[in-house]
Amino acid sequence: MSDVILKIRRQDGPNSSPYWEEFKVPVAPKANVISLLLEIQRSPVNAQGKPTTPVIWDCNCLEEVCGACSMVINGVARQACAAMVDSLSKPIVLQPLSKFPLVRDLMVDRTKMFENLKKIKAWIPIDGTYYMGSGPKVAPGVQDERYAISCCMTCGCCMEACPYVNSKTNYMGPTCMAQVKLFNAHPTGAMYKDERLDAIAGDGGIVDCGNAQNCERVCPKEIPLVSIIAELNRETAFRGFNRWLKGKPKSPGYESAPG
Amino acid sequence: MKFIVVGGGLAGLMATIKIAEKGEIVDLISFVPVKRSHSVCAQGGINGAVNTKGEGDSPWNHFDDTLLGGDYLANQPPVLGMCEAAPGVIYLMDRMGVPFTRTPEGNLDFRRFGGTLVHRTAFSGSTTGQQLLYALDEQVRYWETQGKVNKFEDWDYLSAVIDDNGVCRGCLAQDMKTMEIRSFQGDAVILCTGGLGAVYGKTTNSIINTGSPASSAYQQGVYYANPEMIQIHPTCIGGDDKLRLISEGVRGDGGRLWTYKDGKPWFFMEEWYPAYGNLVSRDVASRGIFKVCRELGLGLDGQDSVYLDVTHLDPEWIEKRQHGVLEIYRKFAGEEPTKVPMKVFPAMHYSMGGMWVDYNQMTNIPGLFAAGECEYQYHGANRLGANSLMSCLYAGMVVGDKSIEYCKALKKTASDVSNKVFEAEAARQKAGMEKIYKFTGSENPYVLKDEMNNYMTNYVGVVRTTKQLKDTDNKLLELMERYKKVGVYDTGGWSNRTAIFIRHLWNMFELARGIVGGALTRKESRGAHYMPEYPNRDDENWLKTIKAKWTPDGPQFSLEDVDISLIKPRVRRYDVSKDQVVKEEAEKEAASGKEEAK
Ligand SMILES: Cc1cc2nc3c(=O)[nH]c(=O)nc-3n(C[C@H](O)[C@H](O)[C@H](O)COP(=O)(O)OP(=O)(O)OC[C@H]3O[C@@H](n4cnc5c(N)ncnc54)[C@H](O)[C@@H]3O)c2cc1C
Ligand code: SF4
Ligand code: SF4
Ligand code: FES
Repeated sequence: MSDVILKIRRQDGPNSSPYWEEFKVPVAPKANVISLLLEIQRSPVNAQGKPTTPVIWDCNCLEEVCGACSMVINGVARQACAAMVDSLSKPIVLQPLSKFPLVRDLMVDRTKMFENLKKIKAWIPIDGTYYMGSGPKVAPGVQDERYAISCCMTCGCCMEACPYVNSKTNYMGPTCMAQVKLFNAHPTGAMYKDERLDAIAGDGGIVDCGNAQNCERVCPKEIPLVSIIAELNRETAFRGFNRWLKGKPKSPGYESAPG
Repeated sequence: MKFIVVGGGLAGLMATIKIAEKGEIVDLISFVPVKRSHSVCAQGGINGAVNTKGEGDSPWNHFDDTLLGGDYLANQPPVLGMCEAAPGVIYLMDRMGVPFTRTPEGNLDFRRFGGTLVHRTAFSGSTTGQQLLYALDEQVRYWETQGKVNKFEDWDYLSAVIDDNGVCRGCLAQDMKTMEIRSFQGDAVILCTGGLGAVYGKTTNSIINTGSPASSAYQQGVYYANPEMIQIHPTCIGGDDKLRLISEGVRGDGGRLWTYKDGKPWFFMEEWYPAYGNLVSRDVASRGIFKVCRELGLGLDGQDSVYLDVTHLDPEWIEKRQHGVLEIYRKFAGEEPTKVPMKVFPAMHYSMGGMWVDYNQMTNIPGLFAAGECEYQYHGANRLGANSLMSCLYAGMVVGDKSIEYCKALKKTASDVSNKVFEAEAARQKAGMEKIYKFTGSENPYVLKDEMNNYMTNYVGVVRTTKQLKDTDNKLLELMERYKKVGVYDTGGWSNRTAIFIRHLWNMFELARGIVGGALTRKESRGAHYMPEYPNRDDENWLKTIKAKWTPDGPQFSLEDVDISLIKPRVRRYDVSKDQVVKEEAEKEAASGKEEAK
């Protein structure tokens, strides 16, 4: 087993100051970044041989499907569980995502991503859970397209990479744009398409997007974010134009309908 | 009425929706943001006898396969309830917008899974659990906007609040950021807290699956049923941090298991089980691979692994259906599975055993309910692939309805109970936490867990012996002694994950002792519990649910009859079809009848 040097940006809490700590960790075959952090738990001693606290980070599934373990690894936002040590340049530098409130060390609070999903009504309205037969037929092509987007695990890597997600804008970020498409492409979801388009037409919505295309490059689920955003741009513009033509107010919405 | 749902996997979210839709308010407590729950890992699919392929499938046939797969240890009525509801549940998830894989006509497609001969498994590519969980997560988010659901995410469940009459009136939980411990009032507390993989360490489970809430309930008096029934999944890949699953769906789509014998490929499962081939039930498949590697010494390169081969399938087709799984193999094994056969070996995967519940999903503590992988109700001694997601959803529905019924009938509610009851439990939990903050010993808690994991994995898996089980129990006792000398390393009062882990560690020890004790108690081989000392199923003595009761001196075990009122247990064979077994048994019976007549 060889050793690897890890440089970790640590912070004891949201109001403490950050500091760097170095660790020297043995690497087992097929190790990923999570294995290294687990090793620090087993032996919380830094590279200077000084006892320290175990590093705190988020992870659950360890197979790149829960979205928990996002962090900035050697400068790029990605999932720690899918970052195989062999493929990384050394020393390995770990930092927390910077676009979210910090909890501790590498752990951040991504609540705002979940909150944004409320704004865009990211669900299919159903009449209830009682038996009403099967859902609508869906063309295999549409299903394929929706499936790709539905693999978004709210990991936040795209948010980290997007220059327009920052404290000066309310931009909801590429994730939300993709989710609008996900629900608008479903036969039932499409009935309320306009409401979602309206939600991204206003503040924090699509107009803020500067098309830097960084988001798609880092998305671990390879979601075609840029083309989705372009498509939604056209749709919101078209809807705006249509509304102006007809001079109509916003659609009444389905909040009044039974959930 | 006040409702608390603990856990937001499939079971917890479905329960939440059911209660919210009736106009009641739910406090939803979860260790992780619910969208990151372990259910997200499920790959292969969800069972329901929709019968779209002209195979004459029916809920009854699903029921029959499930009982047989579970070696008849499950009480039959709730299993029948699940199988009858299953097609409707799949339709409901479809209505919620789950991107299920479609047929050319735009209908739901179904694939084959283990322990059955028909196409009964609906799927969404190879990330079915993720898609189902997200659909429920979205519905719950809607209910949140309607003020029906209050989420407490990143909170650790600690214990139930039980009043002087033994009735559950709420629970204790801890905010894992601020470390604040507080009580919640609840007329019904519904535990949907998932599996216990962390007791075994490197498994297919999420790392957060410590089983801590189930263990806490067990230590408060809830029976823990059939703890020894632990599923070892036949096809997993190695890793330094985790063993990753290669879904049974891969074999459902045509993947074949083989190894070399006399220099030539040997498709051992197809040879041993001509009728079901690679799709026998999981315990049988895992024993098959163990036999090849450990008994016959025919593992690849003499090691613990065999091939799972999809290279003969159309690469484009299999990619489309199994992209998620094949990506996992590429990423973590570093090879191209459509060109080189995958190398796999069994790994701990699922717990059939769990909290004892009645047919209304209520534990033996009134007001405390359980649903999902944390309870024992639907799978007997071995779970069929793709039945768990269904059992989680179904149990979530049942518990939603039944907990409301229970609360409506209550004469006294949680708000009528003296505050002292809540304060006493809070004081107990706070004292426990303070004790952990002061742990300054030299034992590393993560190392203690590793030691437990090694024993559990090596000795409480596919093949079990009395000696090794006893050794494991002794080891656990030793670890529980060493626990007293643990060091916490971190005394921070903010997001102190180490302190929380130490609490879970103890709970894992208690569960592990239950599992080992259950295995020592059951003197037969049934489903996942295989002891060469008692190689056969013994219905006369052991067609029983084993119930573990926690005591300070270790678990005590009692037996309960299994309700087999609907289908008479048959011999379990996968080499021939069910029809053939029934025919042969009838012939045997007729012959012995003739003998007697003579
Ligand atoms: C890799 C893999 C693949 C699988 N594939 C399939 C499949 O294809 N088909 C199938 O049917 N089954 C499959 N299974 C099994 C199935 O995924 C699980 O059994 C099922 O998802 C469990 O759901 P659940 O709702 O019971 O619990 P989980 O989804 O595990 O959720 C548990 C919840 O409880 C919460 N919780 C846990 N501990 C605490 C605590 N201390 N305090 C507060 N909250 C807590 C968690 O935060 C979480 O929200 C698979 C399992 C694995 C491991
Ligand atoms: S295209 Fe650019 S600006 Fe738009 S979301 Fe992506 S990274 Fe951000
Ligand atoms: S779009 Fe991609 S990068 Fe962004 S949150 Fe979803 S999965 Fe992560
Ligand atoms: S731990 Fe789930 S994505 Fe890495």
